Amino acid sequence: MNLFFENVRLALFSLKANKMRALLTMLGIIIGISSVIAIMTVGNSLSSYMTGELSSLGTNNVYVSIAIRENEEETTEEGYSFVEENNQAHITADDLMTREMIENYADTYADNITAIGIQKNVGSGQIFEGTKSIGVDVKGVTLGYMLTDNKDLKAGRFFTGRETEGAKRVCIVSNKVVDKMFGGDDEAALGSIVQTQIETSFYDFTIVGIYNFEAGAGALASYMSMGNTTDMYIPFSTACEMNHSDYVAYFTVLAKPDVDPDAFADLTKQFFVPYYRNNRNVYIDSYSMASYVEMMSSMMGTLTTAISVIAGIALLVGGIGVMNIMLVSITERTREIGTRKALGAPNSSIRLQFIVEAVVICMIGGIIGILIGVGGGSLAAGLLLKSPANPSIASIFGSLLFSMAIGVFFGYYPANKAAKMDPIEALRYE
Amino acid sequence: MEERKKIIDLQDIIKKFYIGTPNELTVLHGIDLEVYEGEFVAVVGASGSGKSTLMNIIGSLDRPTSGKYELDGVDMIKAKDSELSGIRNQKIGFVFQTYNLIAKTNALKNVEMPMLYAGVHGKKRTERAKELLTLVGMEDRMKHLPEELSGGQKQRVAIARAMANNPAIILADEPTGALDSSTGRLVMDIFHKLHREQGKTIVLITHSPELAEETDRVITLRDGLVTSIRRGKGGAY
Repeated sequence: MNLFFENVRLALFSLKANKMRALLTMLGIIIGISSVIAIMTVGNSLSSYMTGELSSLGTNNVYVSIAIRENEEETTEEGYSFVEENNQAHITADDLMTREMIENYADTYADNITAIGIQKNVGSGQIFEGTKSIGVDVKGVTLGYMLTDNKDLKAGRFFTGRETEGAKRVCIVSNKVVDKMFGGDDEAALGSIVQTQIETSFYDFTIVGIYNFEAGAGALASYMSMGNTTDMYIPFSTACEMNHSDYVAYFTVLAKPDVDPDAFADLTKQFFVPYYRNNRNVYIDSYSMASYVEMMSSMMGTLTTAISVIAGIALLVGGIGVMNIMLVSITERTREIGTRKALGAPNSSIRLQFIVEAVVICMIGGIIGILIGVGGGSLAAGLLLKSPANPSIASIFGSLLFSMAIGVFFGYYPANKAAKMDPIEALRYE
Repeated sequence: MEERKKIIDLQDIIKKFYIGTPNELTVLHGIDLEVYEGEFVAVVGASGSGKSTLMNIIGSLDRPTSGKYELDGVDMIKAKDSELSGIRNQKIGFVFQTYNLIAKTNALKNVEMPMLYAGVHGKKRTERAKELLTLVGMEDRMKHLPEELSGGQKQRVAIARAMANNPAIILADEPTGALDSSTGRLVMDIFHKLHREQGKTIVLITHSPELAEETDRVITLRDGLVTSIRRGKGGAY
């Protein structure tokens, strides 16, 4: 044990004596470990963020949307193959789902469905009055949307049946709109008419409800690109009227709590098959929130693994660097090795000395790498997600152990070479 | 003399080097040498006389091609390689011409090193090292690094280090070879002091006939053979 601490002391001394060399030697290890840790930290933060956000939208949600068909190779009379064709296919109005289809679907599975949320984008625009204005994304929604999207109203009410049937110009806005346009006074906002510009047209909407804006899963993108823009909801029928179409590209189903969302997603897919049998362009795809979350996590896992493998290669290169510098160090210290042997150091303790030195180099590199990795990863996670970083404790300890293992592995050969030196030649070495 | 214990007992030591199969080079042609406990012996001889080879064999850094060698009652021919490091640690104290102190390690730590390999406990080790450094007159420079010491000071630290585990013999290879004569004198005085006061057995290998004369016995090597053994003026010191 005495000897062990003496070796650690010696290793630290020789690092201190050659600071620049030690740093360069460690660089490979530092880069390798810090990238592993940074990736793990970002990946961890991202997947816990996503899982949290996605499941806050409802784990019992089933998404139904138009999907472009995978192409079968098709040969025309001229013999050209048209594999590429459908990749550029546009989804036309004919491909979209009609309200009739969705009503049929809702009737068929009435026992399984709590709500259906349909959303139809009208466009992005601005609410303005005088010099004040705020951006909004105008979306036509059904009553079910509030349930499937987990939206609670802060004040006011949802659209009435009459408003929906009559395609009235009413809207539900976010608290941000109220803050900007009405100085945060909900009472003043409710019932007010706001002038809204959507592309080149102007519309007047009466505010009937206010919801609290929260940065949701989809909000990450809009937050980064649009700043203050929030959703403004209008009745679905109003949106249909404004768009001159009542087709639907996707909708969300909130399944009853006792329904297995995965199985129900399959049923849903099957339901729409007859409608699209003759459509070469598109089909209806359906998946559950649960499977979506699972897919995202496994994708993230694959990505993390792939990048870790690359970082592993950096570590390998770093390890070879350590081995190289240990060989140089041993050559430089040949006389010292000879002296130690003359003083009675057994081969095993010479070997230990240099292995400890390699391990100390790698461990210090590993610790620096972990600090940089956690710092960088947390910074990235914080900037990107505005959520607390989530460094993986297991990967930190794993990296530390791994870097030490690199030290043992790549230090063994040089150390063994030192241990086997002939003391007479070593003492004579100039 | 006869009652005294034999520390080194070399009989018919032959050492051959093989430089390619047909060209064998015999460096030692059958050396007989006995050194008794408490003796101060000098080995002299010109370059190429086999001094260094003999010293390596005595120091168990090398093995003879044939012959018998007992050191302090241990059969060094039969000892395994793995045992030799322990024997060197316990029974032999080396002093080199080039000092060979461990760089970036202070005088005290250098003296502690053989005790470290012997597994001597921390506090005891430091105490002993301090004691030895005081013995060689280096008590004021215990925390100095080798690069901060003069040649003579380095050699004194090296002598203290050689004494660390209280070895059966001190094997000094040209200890004054790199020193000027006055510093060399100082170092020689330390050897005499160790011999006189501590009763150390010392084997001194040297070029210098004057220094050899100061010892109890002078052994002259020539072409790998002992050509003369005579009394020195050892008693005078």
